[in-house]
Amino acid sequence: MSSHSTARPGARLRLAALLGPPMLWLVVAYLGSMAVLLLSAFWSTNTFTGAVVPVYTSGNLLALVTDPLYRDVTLRTVVVALGVTVLDAVVAVPMALYMSRVASPRARVALVVAVTTPLWASYLVKAYAWRVLLSPTGPMAWLTGGHSSGYGIGAVVVTLAYLWLPYMVLPVFAGFDRVPDSLLEASADLGAAMATTLRRIVAPLVLPAVAAGSIFTFSLSLGDYIAVTIVGGKTQMLGNVIYGQLVTANDQPLAASLSLVPLAAIVIYLLAMRRTGALENV
Amino acid sequence: MIRRSPGLRRALLAWTIGGLVLLYVPLALVVLNSFNASRTFGFPPSGFTLRWWIAAAGSSGALHALGTSVVAGLCATAIALVLGSMAAFAVQRYRFFGRRAVSFLVVLPITLPGIVTGIALNATLTSLLGPVGVTLGIGTVIVGHATFCIVIVFNNVAARLRRLGTSFEEASADLGASPWQTFWRVTVPLLRGALVAGALLAFALSFDEIVVTTFTAGPTVQTLPIWIFGNLFRPNQAPVVNVVAAVLTLVAVVPVSLAQRLGGDVAGSRT
Repeated sequence: MSSHSTARPGARLRLAALLGPPMLWLVVAYLGSMAVLLLSAFWSTNTFTGAVVPVYTSGNLLALVTDPLYRDVTLRTVVVALGVTVLDAVVAVPMALYMSRVASPRARVALVVAVTTPLWASYLVKAYAWRVLLSPTGPMAWLTGGHSSGYGIGAVVVTLAYLWLPYMVLPVFAGFDRVPDSLLEASADLGAAMATTLRRIVAPLVLPAVAAGSIFTFSLSLGDYIAVTIVGGKTQMLGNVIYGQLVTANDQPLAASLSLVPLAAIVIYLLAMRRTGALENV
Repeated sequence: MIRRSPGLRRALLAWTIGGLVLLYVPLALVVLNSFNASRTFGFPPSGFTLRWWIAAAGSSGALHALGTSVVAGLCATAIALVLGSMAAFAVQRYRFFGRRAVSFLVVLPITLPGIVTGIALNATLTSLLGPVGVTLGIGTVIVGHATFCIVIVFNNVAARLRRLGTSFEEASADLGASPWQTFWRVTVPLLRGALVAGALLAFALSFDEIVVTTFTAGPTVQTLPIWIFGNLFRPNQAPVVNVVAAVLTLVAVVPVSLAQRLGGDVAGSRT
């Protein structure tokens, strides 16, 4: 039954029956919505009622480029997303190295479970946990004697890094696992010190895995507005602005064109990461 | 290699333990705080109480939202189970043009930020389908959730199909079974674990989702995450929010450990 040749009419019919419903759903509900999103970025709103009217305007996209507010928010969001990514990589790489190369087989399994379980704990609860940790009467303020920096952009970076840490650890762990022992032995036999082996042999092989993890940490940070609202104080990221335009200002076309910014940033990031071979590691 | 250097080994162990402590301390704190006697949740806790748990058990808002979340999760999971398995079969058991594009399309909804998916669905549902009578509600929430849950089932079933290979199915066919009989008597029983694991994880993902939900639920429908978020900034609701958060933390472990036991791809489902 393996790899049915689609040349046979029966197999082709069965394939069509299998693919039809899921593709119909994803193409109509998902890609269709994405197309509407792109289109509606060029729609206008009725000045009196605020209702969306499908009349072409380039004003929404122009506002993105000309309004300094949006430029600042975009810049801040990208910087936060990159900061989160770097922080996660720094924390995750040694953990993944230990899990893959030092831990005993039984400990490995336990460690993977231990890293994965928090991924499935409620996102909202995890963000809330940091609100509790950083609150003015909370544990962090108690530990530092009241010198905790509290809510703000720093809290956003730390909380987002906490939220996405497993997304970085797991692919990097898999990356370390793929490095063949023979290469490391060959390097050692040829007289390389361990630091040299790590730098010259392991690092280039693991870099695509770090890049793969960074796609998640970067992309998830770019669109976040819930955690930002919970621990960010007055900090505004792209997600908050998009949400505000849709819900508070009731300007759906402007919200749609604003949401093209994280979309574009992710596409650019994916293209950049593709050169490292990250996409084969996802 | 690293095993030969005790210094580095110990440093890595310490780092890993530190990372795990970092992952679990915030969650433990939430559970601890639900018993904190202080109304403002000062730290260290001023005493131990079950008052908030009793108050939460009687919170009609939270219980109602819980019911909505369960209904949305079950319906989205059922849709994802059917569509995700079909796509996994097509990709794993057939060779055809555009196979990689299908895998990519399935994964896309979970890769892009929720706010993009949410705004896109919102634009479609209100601007395009609103005039023909579609209103935001539990139905639109289910459509949104099913869209990003498909990938979870797909990943679990596809991974299992790949591991199983085709020898069982070939043996069945050689022994004279029709494709229909082979499917129901051989393939489905072999896949049962992956199907259940995929369903559990899809439900967990739906149960926890807030962003796409915000943009598809409309003003009248409240899932549990929406309820929590709505009450997070109200000081007089803080005790109940704490208890609900603690319950969610403890409950999250159940589907994951069940799925793990069933051989589900817990780590790979979301990454």
